[in-house]
Amino acid sequence: MASQPETPPKEGFSHRTLERNVTLLGLLSLVAVAIGGIVEIAPLFWVDSTIEKVEGVRPYTPLELAGRNIYMREGCYLCHSQMVRPFKDEVERYGHYSLAAESMYDHPFQWGSKRTGPDLARVGGRYSDEWHVGHLTNPREAVPESIMPPYAFLAEKPLKAGDMRKHLAALRIVGVPYTDKDIEQANADLTAQATPDADIEDLQKRYPRSQGRDYDGNPAVVTEMDALVAYLQMLGTLVDFKAGEAQEQPK
Amino acid sequence: MPATLAKSGGLFLAMIIALFGMAQAQDTAFAVHMGIMALAALIAALAVMAGANVAGQIGNDESVYDDAPVRWGVIATTFWGVVGLLAGLFIALQLAYPVLNLGFEYTTFGRLRPLHTSAVIFAFGGNALICTSFFVVQRTCRARLAFPSMARFVFWGYQLFIVLAATGYLLGVTEAKEYAEPEWYVDIWLTIVWVAYLIVFGGTIIKRREPHIYVANWFYLAFIITVAMLHLVNNLSMPVSWAGSKSYSAFAGVQDALTQWWYGHNAVGFFLTAGFLAMMYYFVPKQAERPVYSYRLSIIHFWSLIFLYIWAGPHHLHYTSLPDWAQSLGMVFSVMLWMPSWGGMINGLMTLNGAWEKIRTDPIIRMMVLALAFYGMSTFEGPMMSIKSVNSLSHYTDWTIGHVHSGALGWNGMITFACMYYLAPRLWKRQRLYSLRLINVHFWLATAGIVFYTASMWVAGLTQGLMWREYGADGYLVNSFAETIAAIHPMYLLRAFGGSLYLAGALVFAWNIAMTIAGRLRQEAAMTETPYNAAADRPLPAPARSAGLGGLQPAE
Repeated sequence: MASQPETPPKEGFSHRTLERNVTLLGLLSLVAVAIGGIVEIAPLFWVDSTIEKVEGVRPYTPLELAGRNIYMREGCYLCHSQMVRPFKDEVERYGHYSLAAESMYDHPFQWGSKRTGPDLARVGGRYSDEWHVGHLTNPREAVPESIMPPYAFLAEKPLKAGDMRKHLAALRIVGVPYTDKDIEQANADLTAQATPDADIEDLQKRYPRSQGRDYDGNPAVVTEMDALVAYLQMLGTLVDFKAGEAQEQPK
Repeated sequence: MPATLAKSGGLFLAMIIALFGMAQAQDTAFAVHMGIMALAALIAALAVMAGANVAGQIGNDESVYDDAPVRWGVIATTFWGVVGLLAGLFIALQLAYPVLNLGFEYTTFGRLRPLHTSAVIFAFGGNALICTSFFVVQRTCRARLAFPSMARFVFWGYQLFIVLAATGYLLGVTEAKEYAEPEWYVDIWLTIVWVAYLIVFGGTIIKRREPHIYVANWFYLAFIITVAMLHLVNNLSMPVSWAGSKSYSAFAGVQDALTQWWYGHNAVGFFLTAGFLAMMYYFVPKQAERPVYSYRLSIIHFWSLIFLYIWAGPHHLHYTSLPDWAQSLGMVFSVMLWMPSWGGMINGLMTLNGAWEKIRTDPIIRMMVLALAFYGMSTFEGPMMSIKSVNSLSHYTDWTIGHVHSGALGWNGMITFACMYYLAPRLWKRQRLYSLRLINVHFWLATAGIVFYTASMWVAGLTQGLMWREYGADGYLVNSFAETIAAIHPMYLLRAFGGSLYLAGALVFAWNIAMTIAGRLRQEAAMTETPYNAAADRPLPAPARSAGLGGLQPAE
């Protein structure tokens, strides 16, 4: 170090100590920036309101999962939220406000941050499959004001989701309770759910409230459109909110 | 020589591993990315061998600063800045005219939007941060950059990260977490580059010749460390296959949401704030030729800024299923954050004490002052929007987009441009910039662009927020969602217009930097000149006597 005239060190702590020791400065910075995250995030893994289970919520079927992966691949989350806030207008527009448990198997979450288009948390069952296919193919035919990009190519691309057993196995490692049978059957389940008249009794037993049919109007091929529509049609349909409605009848 | 052998051998090995990954790839995107990595390793190996003796080429002269990576950084910053802004303008136009999605899967808004955000934040901003930090840490430590080969690895490795991320977005490779979209293997690559960055930066501080670590370096250090922490935690994920691009986040639902916004907000707090404040703390005093206003204020605002910022993430999740206490904590800390933010602004602006006339005479100072003013405005707007009742209106609307851009275009953009203007003539040993007057043109194009952008987005955001919650006398919602889209169409046009002005300014900037590097000087009048009129600089002649004197008398 250059020899320079130095002011005598003060008694006790002086910030100068930190300004002369990069290790100390770096470590203390790390401590300062670590605290907030630890206090806010860590409890979420334990407090009841964020880990409680709600009846009906289940892991995605392989087809829904493949559809969800297309939803993420196309960046749908950039314009559509999946989080209804507890306001009167939102509840009336989109349905019951979202519960934490409804996204407990969402790796990653898809709550979104912007509504360039409407919220999709409860879009399932609201429109017909035909409407979705038509809207995704040419959004402005269904909604003239829409500024959504067209996704006609989805109907032309056969679904190549990869080995769904590996997908389910990876999800089980991060905490989604798929059974051994779910994983074993994953590829067969994927096709069966998008094939008309397939035997999906066992699938529906393992994934309650799942629906099986040809979604894109083209029963010959399982396309990316099948998967995406299957995902959209199940969004927000797992929890039965009727059970929570007012019981007393007006006289 | 053995070092060269080891390096090129290692790079060849890396190439072979990448080619093996390409052969085993489970999906096309992974194959493409492994191909790019193999190509990068090959080019690097050839460069090492061509250089034969890298150490000799770089030079070890401790009596001069190692500025080659800084020069490359200035070029990269300029290039990526233009690319990122162009992508931004294009997607803004897509929102006004959806036909511009062109019908290809690679050109939809959903795939181009991450390209825009990553190009401006990580490519433009990241290159600016890396190159200015290498410049500043050498000057303020009075020591040559530590580990020169590693510094070069940081630069090129970071460019490779950008290329992998950008091509991935177009191919649909994404983790679907905003601003953390690159997949697991690109994340690992960035981690390696980032650790090297920390080593080069920290190493240079350790070999410093000045006893004190200058304040700019505190901010750079906090930025590097914190970004490493955020990046590592938020990107924890489980790959489906070691030879495939897809992975699943380690966290789910509400835990994933808060981890993401803890990351997301502090990408703003540390990447776009702490790092850029570091730039401010060096370049503003240098350009103003004044010392930093207050040493005490810099200590207080440094520690309070980095401590408080981390807590602010939950304000992105107001009224969601995140527990209420976490939302309230996020709000309270966001409001508190106003003070240290303004501490930085005040310390920057007051540095001009006694030199305020430079705003008129020095276009670079003018740009810096504008940047600080926008920093102040957006760090006021941010805390205000984090108040839950305000947020209930502003959230999910374009107000947020406007807010982000007042910070990004006004603060990050302008301070970066100013620093690049400062650096270019010094790094290429030019007498001066190609043109000072063009800075002025850039300044006004950019300023007008920001005004159009933010004002139109305020109007769009408020319109949307108010229309969504509007009830009629009959007790029903008045507007369908589609009607709110139609209502803000004119605002989307104005936003695109503002964006094109800002892009035009950036093109003027790129031209100015390119010409400066080329060594050209624009023939132009100086920015300030005290007027001198030789003809007028003489005694008045004696008044001529004539008969018409009466004509000068006032009329009766």
